[in-house]
Amino acid sequence: MASDKSTSTKKKTTSGASASKEELLKYYEDMLLIRRFEEKAGQLYGMGLIAGFCHLYIGQEAVVVGVQNALKEGDQVITGYRDHGHMLACGMSADGVMAELTGREGGYSRGKGGSMHMFSKEKNFFGGHGIVGAQVPIGTGLAFANKYKGNDNISVAYFGDGAANQGQVYEAFNMASLWKLPILYVIENNQYAMGTAVSRASAETELYKRGISFEIPGEEVDGMDVLKVHEAAENAVKFIRSGKGPYILEMKTYRYRGHSMSDPAKYRKREEVDDIRSHHDPIDGLKKTLLENGTATEESLKAIDKEVRAVVNKSAELAQSSPEPDPSELWTDVLREV
Amino acid sequence: MSVEILMPALSPTMEEGTLTRWLKSEGDKISPGDVLAEIETDKATMEVEAVDEGVLAKILVAEGTEAVKVNAVIAVLAEEGERVEDVSQNAPAQQSEQSTQSSVESDELETEFSGIGHNQPPALRQLSDPDLPDDVGFKTQTIRDALRDAMAEEMRRDEAVFVMGEEVAQYQGAYKVTRELLQEFGDQRVVDTPITEHGFAGLGVGAAFGGLKPVVEFMTFNFAMQAIDHIINSAAKTLYMSGGQMGCPIVFRGPNGAAARVGAQHSQDYSAWYGQVPGLKVVAPYDAADAKGLLKAAIRDPNPVVFLEHELLYGESFEVPDLDDYVLPIGKAKVRREGKDVTLVAHSRMVGFALKAADTLYENGIDAEVIDLRTIRPLDIDTVIESVKKTNRVVCCEEGWGNFGVGAEISARVVSDAFDYLDAPPARVHQKDVPLPYAGNLEALSLPGVEDIIQAAKQVCYV
Repeated sequence: MASDKSTSTKKKTTSGASASKEELLKYYEDMLLIRRFEEKAGQLYGMGLIAGFCHLYIGQEAVVVGVQNALKEGDQVITGYRDHGHMLACGMSADGVMAELTGREGGYSRGKGGSMHMFSKEKNFFGGHGIVGAQVPIGTGLAFANKYKGNDNISVAYFGDGAANQGQVYEAFNMASLWKLPILYVIENNQYAMGTAVSRASAETELYKRGISFEIPGEEVDGMDVLKVHEAAENAVKFIRSGKGPYILEMKTYRYRGHSMSDPAKYRKREEVDDIRSHHDPIDGLKKTLLENGTATEESLKAIDKEVRAVVNKSAELAQSSPEPDPSELWTDVLREV
Repeated sequence: MSVEILMPALSPTMEEGTLTRWLKSEGDKISPGDVLAEIETDKATMEVEAVDEGVLAKILVAEGTEAVKVNAVIAVLAEEGERVEDVSQNAPAQQSEQSTQSSVESDELETEFSGIGHNQPPALRQLSDPDLPDDVGFKTQTIRDALRDAMAEEMRRDEAVFVMGEEVAQYQGAYKVTRELLQEFGDQRVVDTPITEHGFAGLGVGAAFGGLKPVVEFMTFNFAMQAIDHIINSAAKTLYMSGGQMGCPIVFRGPNGAAARVGAQHSQDYSAWYGQVPGLKVVAPYDAADAKGLLKAAIRDPNPVVFLEHELLYGESFEVPDLDDYVLPIGKAKVRREGKDVTLVAHSRMVGFALKAADTLYENGIDAEVIDLRTIRPLDIDTVIESVKKTNRVVCCEEGWGNFGVGAEISARVVSDAFDYLDAPPARVHQKDVPLPYAGNLEALSLPGVEDIIQAAKQVCYV
């Protein structure tokens, strides 16, 4: 039996395959939109316009952009609370996300969800979950529904290195593999669960191996390189869509900002952040490739940056001009009418 | 245009802070992400990063300044194409109060005042049982079979309905409630799960988000405590948090409350626990007809429903209307016995005890009315109030603990809504305030029974 197991776990097999000019520029724009959006969100938080918890995705952009561009219409996405980037990469509007961050009527949840709880049925984005790890069984349930209905869609559940230590993740792994459910598990290993380094929280720090006991193949990927992420995701999605069951991708990535806005980040050195930023930044990395292979010029990239800034600035204006929800909204959406 | 750099709020509670140190000087070129300054907040020392590109034209708040208000302008940045000297000269001389700050405050005040008219939820629609046809027949059925029939009928009616849980398929149900469903519907729709309550409850929620209508069986609700996060945080709250986008049509069902001699961990009543949560419906039927009609309604309901059964009632037989499609409204109590002297309010197995107590009381000259709540949430308090206005006395009966219980809630509502009608303080009958003991005599002492209800009724009637 052991010899014909399909499970394999491996480190970095991908090289960054050839993508078309259009695809490369799209990745660049998608990543830049997330970066600029998050910077603006941080700024609005600083002005007191965004309240509560606000977890920024800056530094991790290549992960969601690389994976989302490997999916097709109807595939479903679910993630934890560091979710702004995922929503933008799913095609949700910057306006709707930013207005939700400021708790306004124009937000995706009409101001009733906030940063950690946003959804879009239209874009197949199923949240936005504030309880660490909860998205993993829920995402597995989305896969269950796809299999039950007999369609060929898959679901993607993103979670962090912190969530990877939650028991329910392994309950979900077990059922997903047992029933060969079409789901991609993307572990975004940004190396810190809030302030706790992976090595201080995980007996096995190579998280792509976490599926071994469940016969789920896993792979480690350079999550700071969008091309490598995309290639790994395409291969994994092909495997899953062919009916072989779940797949794990561990994305080695890094968040530049604190866990949330009130995190002084004393658990890591400034030099560590600067080093990643200077040498491994996903956007700078792709920019270099684009310039070197002649896909873009400084001017054309500047034009993209200008467009992206315009989108983000417009969202920030709307997020301030959109009114707060009507007081009557307090009582709506608790239950659906029978 | 020059860019004003404001004193940021760096925690949910921060209103002001100390600007401890500038890490950039006037004239320095700034890139997004550069650390500009250090700020000491109420919680920690934090770094302020630049968002925009440009040249630091002027620093307006010197390092070491304490109590700098959030949103005060602390520096000005000259953007590409601007002359640093111009920006510097036009910069405000000193920090000024930001108008946005005060407007936010007044908005909050306004909301507070306008909120007064909105502190009551909209009134419940009054529901009633459907009228039975005159020629309706009845069949005698156990609660176990009534529940099974309800699931089978709904599975025939709607392909999106499926059943999952531990031992629901090949074993035919730990309590045989799912007997023969596997044979009729196959293993795609009757799914044996591993022993993994947290995981399969979450998976069920995801399947509901994905368009299915799961019936998730817990072997007992005691084990659902492992899964309560998904029942409450994932199933009950998501419709609200998504602004009405994401409904969760799911039924969590299984036996609840004390069985016989299984000790404290297998003998808990969760009526009050789930009854507290907005976004859930909570049903706890007593007889077979209600079990069937309400489970069918629960499966059709677009909301998450916690359906609390009772192991000790599974084998009891009752009359069930012999109809093709018997569906009852959720949220409607039932007057099971009319009386004029005292109201006994109960749900689930306690209804049977209340009816027995009423018989004995009647022989003692006390005419008790018995109300079966049937649904814990939404609570049909109107039926209770109407009864109390007639009897002027109430005894609240439940199997679970009394503290913060269903009876506590009903007592409070009766006192609040029918105070002038009461001739005695409401009485409560419930389990003793201890974990349920194993020893037969202690278990009997701990659980509420017919005699406790009789005593409580006599007490409120002052006899």
